Amino acid sequence: MKTVAIIDYGMGNLDSVKRAVEECGGFPIVTNKKSDIQNATHIILPGVGAFPLAMEALRKSKLDQLLSIQVIQKKIPFLGLCLGMQLLAKKSFEIKETEGLGWIDGEVIKLIPNNKYERIPHIGWNEVEFIKKSPILDNVQSGKDFYFVHSYHLICRNKKDILALTPYCGKFVSVIGKGNIFAAQFHPEKSQKVGFQFLKNFLQL
Amino acid sequence: MLKVRMIPTLLYKDMGLVKGVAFDSWRPIGSLMQAIKVYNMREVDELLYLDISATNMKKSPDFQLIDDFADECFMPLTIGGGIRNIKDIEHLLKVGADKVSINTAAFLSTSLITEASNKFGAQCIVVSIDVKRIDSKYKVFIHSGKVATDMDLLEYAKMVEKFGAGEILLTSIDRDGTMIGYDNELIKYITSNVSIPVIASGGAGKYDHMLQAIKIAHASAVAAASIFHFTEQTPLEAKKYLKKRGIKVRY
Repeated sequence: MKTVAIIDYGMGNLDSVKRAVEECGGFPIVTNKKSDIQNATHIILPGVGAFPLAMEALRKSKLDQLLSIQVIQKKIPFLGLCLGMQLLAKKSFEIKETEGLGWIDGEVIKLIPNNKYERIPHIGWNEVEFIKKSPILDNVQSGKDFYFVHSYHLICRNKKDILALTPYCGKFVSVIGKGNIFAAQFHPEKSQKVGFQFLKNFLQL
Repeated sequence: MLKVRMIPTLLYKDMGLVKGVAFDSWRPIGSLMQAIKVYNMREVDELLYLDISATNMKKSPDFQLIDDFADECFMPLTIGGGIRNIKDIEHLLKVGADKVSINTAAFLSTSLITEASNKFGAQCIVVSIDVKRIDSKYKVFIHSGKVATDMDLLEYAKMVEKFGAGEILLTSIDRDGTMIGYDNELIKYITSNVSIPVIASGGAGKYDHMLQAIKIAHASAVAAASIFHFTEQTPLEAKKYLKKRGIKVRY
């Protein structure tokens, strides 16, 4: 049984993620409880919101430490979504410079438009182009559209962590993978068929 | 490349879905759950749900109802109507909204935009602006078009951008429900003066209207209701039409 802990730190589209996990055959628990998180076979860190407040919420509740134990030490499969991806960075410059979880070497900065037609926030469907093979991308075609809604993006210092790129404001990193740690800048829970395939792939890990 | 979004709009009033003309003459158009299921099946780009009676009745959003239909909604969802404070926004995001659309409350207290944007990120804060042309000047209306304001439209649009709105939902009250085409002059006036995305709303009656709003007025998304409720035209056919004419759509 795939028990998926969806981390509740007070800032996410928790219900959407929960419903999508259910539809994909997993057993989701929206939780901030230690025992739930320790017993989960999979962990999802969702997130809608601003970086500094999210980090503050994770640190205050000591969820940052618990997640480190489960994900870094015990290697439980982990998926960060949208802000949940950005929080993995060493630091972010959203609103003010803030230290992140630091699991991925990189930093979060605002998207910079190349022309006046590239409006910020980046809202809508855009291509996800694979640059590396990974089980999380199985049965999804490279170049398919996923749903994005964000103004900031994660710059990866370590090129080998990058699984896919998306063409906007140049090309930004839309999927990362490092061992058992995965993350996407898009919302698979809102990306219909391709999004569900992506989530199913995660549940298979 | 980022695709232009095609957004069916669902207007909710007194227990059911409605559609009117120029924010008036509402007529019922059927069941909410049924509509959500159909759009879900058709994999539309995004859905816009507006409770147009909540604010005027001084009611909060119907969280239970929204929670129920959002559970069936595996597409991006923007919710508006009756939002008054940060708590309302937090609650809506929690039950499944990806973005919230704020109209009257944003106008009456622009600090709400900033506060919401700082807390939840600008990307999920849509400010809805309803506009009527009076004596060849654009006027901003609040309370579902019932109350006129003295605010200059351009000044207001720039202000909401500065205060942290992530998107503008721009509705022409004059064109609403008429199906004679978007007010492209209005839309272009705003798209050329702000750098956040603008959703064109009010007036779509055929696919060519959408094409014009995108090509001429540079809308990032086109919202439409009557065309999908009262004609045989569908979001999918609309996208086929646009694609043939060189517009990047998800297809």
